[in-house]
Amino acid sequence: MTAAMSVEPIVSLRGAAFGYADNAVVRHVTLDVFPGEVVAILGPNGAGKSTIVKGLLGLSDQLGGEVRLFGTPLDRFGRTGDHARLGYVPQRHTLSGSVRATAEEIVATGRLVRQSWFGRPSAADRQVIARALDIVGLADRAGTDVSTLSGGQQRRVLIARALAAQPDVLLMDEPTAGVDTANQHVLAEVLGRLAAQGVTMLVVTHEMDAFVEVVTRVVVVDRGGVVFDGPRDVFLAREAEVLHEHHNHHHDHELYDSRPSLTGNAEAGPTGRAS
Amino acid sequence: MTELLSYDFMQRALLAAVLVGLVAPLVGVFLVQRRLSLIGDGMGHVALAGVAVGLLTNVAPVWTALVAAVLAAVAIELIRASGRTQGDVALAVIFYGGIAAGVVIISKSSQGTPANLTAYLFGAITTVKASDLWVFAVLAVLVILTTWLLRPRLFAVASDEEYARAMGMPVLALNIALAVLTAVTVVVSMRIVGLLLISALMIVPVAAAQLIGSSFRATMRWAVVIGLVCSVGGVVVSYEADTPSGGTIVVLAILVFVAASVGRAVVTRVRAKQHERAETHAHEHGPACGHPAVAHHGHVDYLHDGHRHAPHEGHYDEHDGVHATAGEPPHQAGTPAQEKAGQP
Repeated sequence: MTAAMSVEPIVSLRGAAFGYADNAVVRHVTLDVFPGEVVAILGPNGAGKSTIVKGLLGLSDQLGGEVRLFGTPLDRFGRTGDHARLGYVPQRHTLSGSVRATAEEIVATGRLVRQSWFGRPSAADRQVIARALDIVGLADRAGTDVSTLSGGQQRRVLIARALAAQPDVLLMDEPTAGVDTANQHVLAEVLGRLAAQGVTMLVVTHEMDAFVEVVTRVVVVDRGGVVFDGPRDVFLAREAEVLHEHHNHHHDHELYDSRPSLTGNAEAGPTGRAS
Repeated sequence: MTELLSYDFMQRALLAAVLVGLVAPLVGVFLVQRRLSLIGDGMGHVALAGVAVGLLTNVAPVWTALVAAVLAAVAIELIRASGRTQGDVALAVIFYGGIAAGVVIISKSSQGTPANLTAYLFGAITTVKASDLWVFAVLAVLVILTTWLLRPRLFAVASDEEYARAMGMPVLALNIALAVLTAVTVVVSMRIVGLLLISALMIVPVAAAQLIGSSFRATMRWAVVIGLVCSVGGVVVSYEADTPSGGTIVVLAILVFVAASVGRAVVTRVRAKQHERAETHAHEHGPACGHPAVAHHGHVDYLHDGHRHAPHEGHYDEHDGVHATAGEPPHQAGTPAQEKAGQP
């Protein structure tokens, strides 16, 4: 990563604190994400991992420190920045089923950030949308009602939606949570394909096992702050030490969670609704 | 039918029905999507207070109702956005305050006959005045244009509000816009459908449409078609059978909904029999999966251990059975996207 160090970081946090209203959920976060990196933010539930990502997106409040996106201070980016540069993949178990919507229609909403209010999707926009569906392996389900897709497939629809904006960085919140093992595999393939194309990713997760190959750097957040930041291999070599130093009792099993996820219908294969 | 059209009041009623049938489902589809199906009902309650003030002060009730409904719309969205736990109770106070004040004020007005009140609450075809019709037409055009303009973003906000906010969309402004569109629709519909039944015409055609359409776009189109058929049909039936128009329209819409539900259940049954689910496998077929892709009746099958797997919803169907065309030469195809490109 030495070559990248001279490049401006995409995301830069210096002693940042994020939370809601006046309650900081996470403090003292110092972290840089450079182009081409795939950074996994690990940590137990409630450690404030998601709050960091939400803070970058303006969904939680910055309560201190310095935060820059593409070199622009966060508050200024929130007002005048190009939001299309951030691709957000929220943690979502189901897509709204109150009215039918096809995978393509959902992915098209990701493109809106690059369209004017009077504009409608051009041929080029449609192509980007089709390519986004293709890269997550759902080209053959473009016209399928999303509520009929499996949990893992829905997650990939959300990734495609983020890709449709052609962002400079993907911010993912627990992409594999609640997805059965088979579909975690497919998700990992998708992440691998994106990484191979040089897509920068910041992935919040408490189970990195499924896509550990893709990750270049690991950041561990616990007790409201960063407790480890280093290359993946260093983390893997010191994993037990890092986690034992900072975790205690019930937290550990979440990181080492090897149970076949939450599905309870392992034999369902790709059709299994992971929710 | 010609007899029906020879009356001025029927011409006006039918024109108003066309406007209502068009506009109500158009706005309603977003309300259903946001799971706010009952919000239009509340706005109708508040609009009654507006009507009452109009009757008492001799201002055209359409205008006073419009002001009341739009104010309520903005208040409702601001209360919802504040996320207070008492928000729900606040809405109830607004809604019931509106209808109670309406009934009380109307009783003090010279035009406050029970028949008049019933006409406002449940709709009456004889009440559409020529001056009303102009107002309705202008408002309906405004609603249609605004909805068309905001459609992609209203859809985005309704399908994932948090994501829309993260992408920098003005979510609160869009929500208020939808609430105001709803309020205007309530007013456009108040003569024909009535303030207590308006919400039904925004919601029921959408509920029926999503049993028929397979996408949001198709659902929207079907909802408008069903809305138009029910509102125009309801007005005609109301004339022939001498029933209140609002109730008649809504009963028709519900009949369509029931028919669509039954139809869908039958179709699902029949299709389930034709479909043979493939054995479940962890493997996901795709351009690079190694299984030959085969063009088959406009979609792509994957040859999997000698049989064809076709993607369907979240699973794969077997396509070797009844309707597979024998002898179709399997060929190494490109990506499924390319295969699909020839298909609308």
